[in-house]
This record gives sequence, structure tokens and C-alpha cells, in this order.
Amino acid sequence: MTTAEKYVTAAYCAIFAIVLLYVVIIALKLQRLEREVDALANAAAREPEDDREPVHVG
Amino acid sequence: MRGAGPARISLVGRTSRIPLPALAGTSLALVTCALALVFFVVPNDADQGFSQRIFYFHVSIAFTAYACFAVGAWKALVHLWKRDPHADLESYVAIHQGVIFGVLVLVTGSIWAKISWGHWWLWSENQLVLFLVLFLFYAAYFMLRFSVDPGPQRANLCAVYALFGVVLIPVSFLAIRLAQRFIHPVVFTRHGPSFGGWILAAYLVSQVAVLSLAYTLYRLELSGKRLDARLRELRRVYA
Repeated sequence: MTTAEKYVTAAYCAIFAIVLLYVVIIALKLQRLEREVDALANAAAREPEDDREPVHVG
Repeated sequence: MRGAGPARISLVGRTSRIPLPALAGTSLALVTCALALVFFVVPNDADQGFSQRIFYFHVSIAFTAYACFAVGAWKALVHLWKRDPHADLESYVAIHQGVIFGVLVLVTGSIWAKISWGHWWLWSENQLVLFLVLFLFYAAYFMLRFSVDPGPQRANLCAVYALFGVVLIPVSFLAIRLAQRFIHPVVFTRHGPSFGGWILAAYLVSQVAVLSLAYTLYRLELSGKRLDARLRELRRVYA
């Protein structure tokens, strides 16, 4: 492998690594949001029906 | 649910016509096609040899970063002008994309500079320094955004800041053309690109691929941010 080939490989690997890191961070954040949605759904399911106040929609 | 405010929740979401998986698939196909062209089809450059292959993605990423900053500024203008409730978040995400692509420009540019010029960075080069100024300006946008409490005041401040930054884009782009002495190559002149054939085809495919990738990442991040905002509203209403 020549020096030029090493540098070009490094440049494209850097692009791939930074984009991959970004996607991983977004994926971790989406996982956290999914857990929060589950927690909220569980809390809503546990709440007795009579305690709920009517909500004005629209 | 308790309390008032469900009407605000509906303001957070806005759907797009192209589904995200289709967009991601298209981006992947385009990037693969661009890489195949760059590494297996285009000939070696007569002057720079193999190292010129960095050009295809480096330049495409640079233009994409400019485009992201421009979109961020446009959305900021829409926020200030029409008071669109979605525009602030869209402006923030576009600028975030611009900063990420800015990092890629600086990294790939430094690697290319090392092999072509023998230096990782040259402070004497106007275009390099002006791009760094543009990058740091938008990096500081996040310091401003996270130092102010969420609300209309933060949205207005950030919108004004994003609009100021857009002035630096043409300055950065034109710097190389205005400079008296430079070593950074100029590939787009008044008479069009200074190359043709497979090199132009590979560049155009790379440009479309990187723009498509940026748009996919923009949509992905925006979906996450909107979901986060809706969850915060739900928690507030539910509390």
C-alpha cells in the first residue's frame, strides 16, 4: 500500500467513523425515548379510570 | 390525563412525504455507487495521483455543510418572519448537521493537505481559515442555545444568530477566488468545473449521495427531537 493509498483510506474511514458515531448516538437517544414512552404508557395504564379528568380536545 | 395543554402537543409533529427507510435505502445505494465510481472507475489525476480521490467526498461534504447552514438560516428566517412553530427546531437540526459535516470537511481536508502540501493545516490559506471561522461560529451557536432556557426568547436569539452566520458562507466560498496567493485548488470557475468525463460524473454522483445522506440524517435527528419534545409535553401534561 502506497502512502497516498494510506491517506485516502484514512480519509474515507474518518468519514465512515464520524457518520457511524453520529448514527449510534441518535440510536441510543431513540432507545432512551422508547424507554420513556414505555414508562409513560405503564403509568397511564396503572392510573384508575375514575381519577382522570376530562380533557378538552381541539 | 390531568391538566391543560394537549393542543400544544399536536404542534410538534410534521410529516414528510418520503418515508425515512426509503430515504435511508436511497442514500446507501447512492453512497455505494459513488464509492464504486471513485475507487474503480475514475482514472488517477495526472498531477496529484491517487490522493486526488479524496476530492470527490471532501468537496461534496463542504458544499453539503454550506447547504445545511443555509437551510438553518432559512428556517431561522421563517421562524422570525412567520412564527412557524416548527422552524426553530428545524433550524437547530440543520445547523447541527452543518457542524457535523463541517467536522468531516476539516478532517478530510487536513488529510488531503498533509499528502498534497506536506502540512496538516496552513494558517496562510484564507479559505481554510474562513471555513474554520464559519465552523467555530456555528459551533458557538450551541453554546448560545444551551445557555438560554427553552422558550420564545431562546428561539428568537438562536434565529438571529443563525442569520448572522449565513453571511460567512459566501465569504468562505469566495475567499479562494479573491485571494492573491493561494495553493488551495479552484475546481469551479466562472466557466464551469475544470474537469469532465468520469471525474465530473463521479463528483456529481458523490455530491448527490452526500446531500441525500445529509437529508436522511436531518430527518432522522428531527424525528428524534420531535419525539423528545412530544414526550416532554406529555410528561408536563401528565404530571
